[in-house]
Amino acid sequence: MSLFLIAALPFLGAVFPALLIRAGRNAAASAAALTSFLALAGLLIHLPAVMRGEVITARFDWIPSLGLNANFMLDGLGFLFAGLILGIGLLIILYARFYLSREDPMGQFYSYLLLFQGAMVGIVLSDNILLLLIFWELTSLSSFLLIGYWKHLPEGRQGARMALAVTGSGGLAMIAGMLILGNIVGSYDLSVILQNREAIQASPYYLPALILILLGCFTKSAQFPFHFWLPHAMAAPTPVSAYLHSATMVKAGLFLMARMWPVLAGTDAWFYIVATTGLVTMLVGAVIALFKDDLKALLAFSTVSHLGLVTMLLGFGTKIAVVAAIFHIINHATFKAALFMTAGIIDHETHTRDIKRLGGLRHLMPITCTIGVIAALSMAGLPPLNGFLSKEMMLEETVHTSWLDSHYLVPGLALLAALFSAAYSFRFVSHVFLGPARDDYPAHPHDPPVGLWLAPAFLVVLVVLIGLNSSAMVGPLVAVVTDAVIGGGKLPYYSLKLWHGFTPALYMSAIATFGGLFLLSQHPRAEAIWNKLPRPEAKTIFDAVIRALTLLSRFVTDQMHNGVISRYAIILIAFTVGLGYYAYSTGTIGIETRVPLPAPIIPIIGWLCLVGATLAIMWFHRNRLLSLVLIGVVGLIVSMAFNYLSAPDLALTQISVEVVTMILLLLSLNFLPTDTPWDSSAPRRWRDAAISVIAGAGAGGLIYALMLRDFAFPTISDFHLANSYKGGGGTNVVNVILVDFRGFDTFGEIIVLGIAALIIFALTEAVLGTNVRGYLLNRKPHWPQSGDSHPLMMVVVTRVMMPIALMVGAYIFFRGHNQPGGGFIAGLVVAIAFLMQYMASGYTWAIERQRFYYHGTIGWGVLIAAATGLGAWFNERPFLTSDFGYITWPPLEEFEWATAMLFDTGVFLAVLGAVMLALDSLSRFAWQPGMAQEFPMDINPLRDAPPEEDQEKEQL
Amino acid sequence: MEALVASAVGVLTAAGIFLILRRRTFPVILGLSLLTYAVNVFLFATGRLALNAPAVLNKYEDVPYTDPLPQALVLTAIVISFGMTAVIVMIALSAYLSSKDDHIDMTAHDSVDAPGEDA
Repeated sequence: MSLFLIAALPFLGAVFPALLIRAGRNAAASAAALTSFLALAGLLIHLPAVMRGEVITARFDWIPSLGLNANFMLDGLGFLFAGLILGIGLLIILYARFYLSREDPMGQFYSYLLLFQGAMVGIVLSDNILLLLIFWELTSLSSFLLIGYWKHLPEGRQGARMALAVTGSGGLAMIAGMLILGNIVGSYDLSVILQNREAIQASPYYLPALILILLGCFTKSAQFPFHFWLPHAMAAPTPVSAYLHSATMVKAGLFLMARMWPVLAGTDAWFYIVATTGLVTMLVGAVIALFKDDLKALLAFSTVSHLGLVTMLLGFGTKIAVVAAIFHIINHATFKAALFMTAGIIDHETHTRDIKRLGGLRHLMPITCTIGVIAALSMAGLPPLNGFLSKEMMLEETVHTSWLDSHYLVPGLALLAALFSAAYSFRFVSHVFLGPARDDYPAHPHDPPVGLWLAPAFLVVLVVLIGLNSSAMVGPLVAVVTDAVIGGGKLPYYSLKLWHGFTPALYMSAIATFGGLFLLSQHPRAEAIWNKLPRPEAKTIFDAVIRALTLLSRFVTDQMHNGVISRYAIILIAFTVGLGYYAYSTGTIGIETRVPLPAPIIPIIGWLCLVGATLAIMWFHRNRLLSLVLIGVVGLIVSMAFNYLSAPDLALTQISVEVVTMILLLLSLNFLPTDTPWDSSAPRRWRDAAISVIAGAGAGGLIYALMLRDFAFPTISDFHLANSYKGGGGTNVVNVILVDFRGFDTFGEIIVLGIAALIIFALTEAVLGTNVRGYLLNRKPHWPQSGDSHPLMMVVVTRVMMPIALMVGAYIFFRGHNQPGGGFIAGLVVAIAFLMQYMASGYTWAIERQRFYYHGTIGWGVLIAAATGLGAWFNERPFLTSDFGYITWPPLEEFEWATAMLFDTGVFLAVLGAVMLALDSLSRFAWQPGMAQEFPMDINPLRDAPPEEDQEKEQL
Repeated sequence: MEALVASAVGVLTAAGIFLILRRRTFPVILGLSLLTYAVNVFLFATGRLALNAPAVLNKYEDVPYTDPLPQALVLTAIVISFGMTAVIVMIALSAYLSSKDDHIDMTAHDSVDAPGEDA
């Protein structure tokens, strides 16, 4: 199976549980399981190749110039992790089906789980670090959803937020580190980076990159001092804890350290940062775990401790330590997942996770007890279980490690951690399962149904088998993975077996085991001392930091963003003017190369009208109706200018847009105040005037300079002129550009237009749903109303004109490809034809005769345009490639057909629908009951009521 | 001719910006409309001016054509600016009808406290 598919399957499958939950919980769970199973099977197909040491790749170059490639690779390391993620994922899906209660939305759960699974698989298979970073962030986001799954619990929400804050900010640091790394090497491909050890370690940016990347790894893998989020994330349902915190999310940091090991490891900086952090984490986690009474908290801190162990081993930087680290990752995943599931079963059956309230469960839950005890003893590191093997290898390595010339510090602390680790494991066994059965459990415990214990039982069988016969079970896998981590070269000598003779590690194991037993026997006394010790509470510190940051950001935001929009506007404009001035004063300007066109009298008259109208708007802008009239004059002159200057399409568009815009503004003015009062001071007006004049002079001067010079570079316009007829089949180049050359832009633009219309519709709906409706019904119009609101002449004329206007629209549409016209203009013209009916005969009259909804018109327009574009795919051409040809029907002339015409139909419908929906929404504000007029000459009932202002005067 | 177009762009820009800096919704909308004209003509003029040379190919004789590319850009810009104007008018109208106030600036009185922290 292609690596693309393996990485994509969980994402694709994530849709199904959410949909299938309507068919029942089993259907949702099966869909999730099937997805994971398919991906796992696809992965296992590659097993023989991976075992031969081959690296399977799948490349897709997206933007190679930026290093953005969707490249995947599968080697031993990726295979191990992908196998753990998908395999344990499958077991978790089974377990969760029986764990979650009837009230929990299970479809959601499986969708989140698969999203998370996909993100994890993406991380371990990525061969491009930019891609890897995306998946890395996706795991933070999807784990947020999973940890906060029980949204009704405040602990769940807080835990999710904390996990997101910590791992997300670590991820940000890692992005910076990865970018530095990619910059050093000159490639973002992991396989290239891994070849450049010398270049990276010699670079002065090695240390910053290392620290930033490690920040990402440490936060994700809960290393001290970022370990605090992990126990709080235990508020999630147990299947999530088992999945995220045993096999996957927290292992992502370890994975990345292993992945980067060939290029980053081996320096002093790596050793002292990574090994020390790991050692401290291992010890701190183990000590805290011993004093936790909550089963899941105990397991959470033990996970922290074991993650520290693996980190420390990777930090040693020796090849044999890598072997131990890989081996322990496998072992820890098996026994810890089983332990989490056991804890979940106990919680499920006894309704408590408090160790102090448990005990004696061996009598009541024999199966659970067997599973739990075996897994816990493996965690303690007892032979012949798999935990013993890797722990012994770890102890052996510490003996050979010196820290700042001290030969005893590392082994001593590691031994202490192992001792505590044995102690909390024994506590899990003895305080939960051993001892006499009690009669005060919150619920009556018994073994769960097979669905719940099958998954952990399977894992425990693995624990035993790996322990008894490790070289056969996982030996080849460990060898292949180690080979992938250390990046080729000879594998060190090691043997995965139980008995190595009387080595220092064996003595240390024995001390840890017996010391652990002794410590457990002294547990009440130790706990009393522990409770007296002052300890910093991570959550309090975290909350205080977050609170301070929130206050700071709120302060800054309030200062910058205080809601005074005119201030934002002036800052923006002044800044832009400043930028323009800077460009002007630092740049140079070439000599004039073009001869200005002559200016005959007609354009001068037009110019006078335009400037006169604009200045009049400035003067009279407080009289809103008058300024609308004046702005109409400006629009007309602009469209005439377009026509004069060889742009007939623009002239047609401008004049029709002008009409609808005027109607829109007039409608809105119906509800807004009619005058603008004076409310800015004189100095402020002078300041604004000065800025405006400078900006206007700049814009005018710039375009003047531009128009008198030729292009500095050859333009692409000639290409369009040359290929419009040959390639696009049309002689109107502007239209061919719109529907063919730049069809994708146009496609985007009709979508934007449609969205704008839908926003207007939604706003109308929202506003009319409030008390505004009552105000509108009771309001009095500004001006005295005409008694004859729908004059007979106008009604008759517009109804006669309707078919003619539609035909003009059709004519403009069909000629568009070869003569000025096209879908945009035709859409506007037809919209105006409809609007005339609204105006003449009234909104209610028109709406009663309307046979289609404008939303649908927009939708069909976009769909038709998209379908035209997709059609090109069936002919194996890129999206929106157009085709055309000519046919001749005998009595008629040659007739052209083009797929672009179909696309233009989409444009037409979208524009029509958008314009109509916008104006239709606005018209609804004016609706009043009893306005339905069947007859054109109806007397307007509102006429008798005096307008608002008169009424006010009367009251005065 | 170039001087006429350039000065018209300048006047429209200046008037548009002055009105945008007013403090009521309606003048701001008018200002945006004027600025839209200015920007559209500006973009159009980057193709340089030409008389009687529309970019409609002539099969029969070799004639000069004006630059079609800025025209295509401006054509969609005109339609989109209608959409933008309509949305802004609607927002202005809704705001006015809801609060009976057509100032564009929020006053201290308008600002509401941020919702409390999630428990």
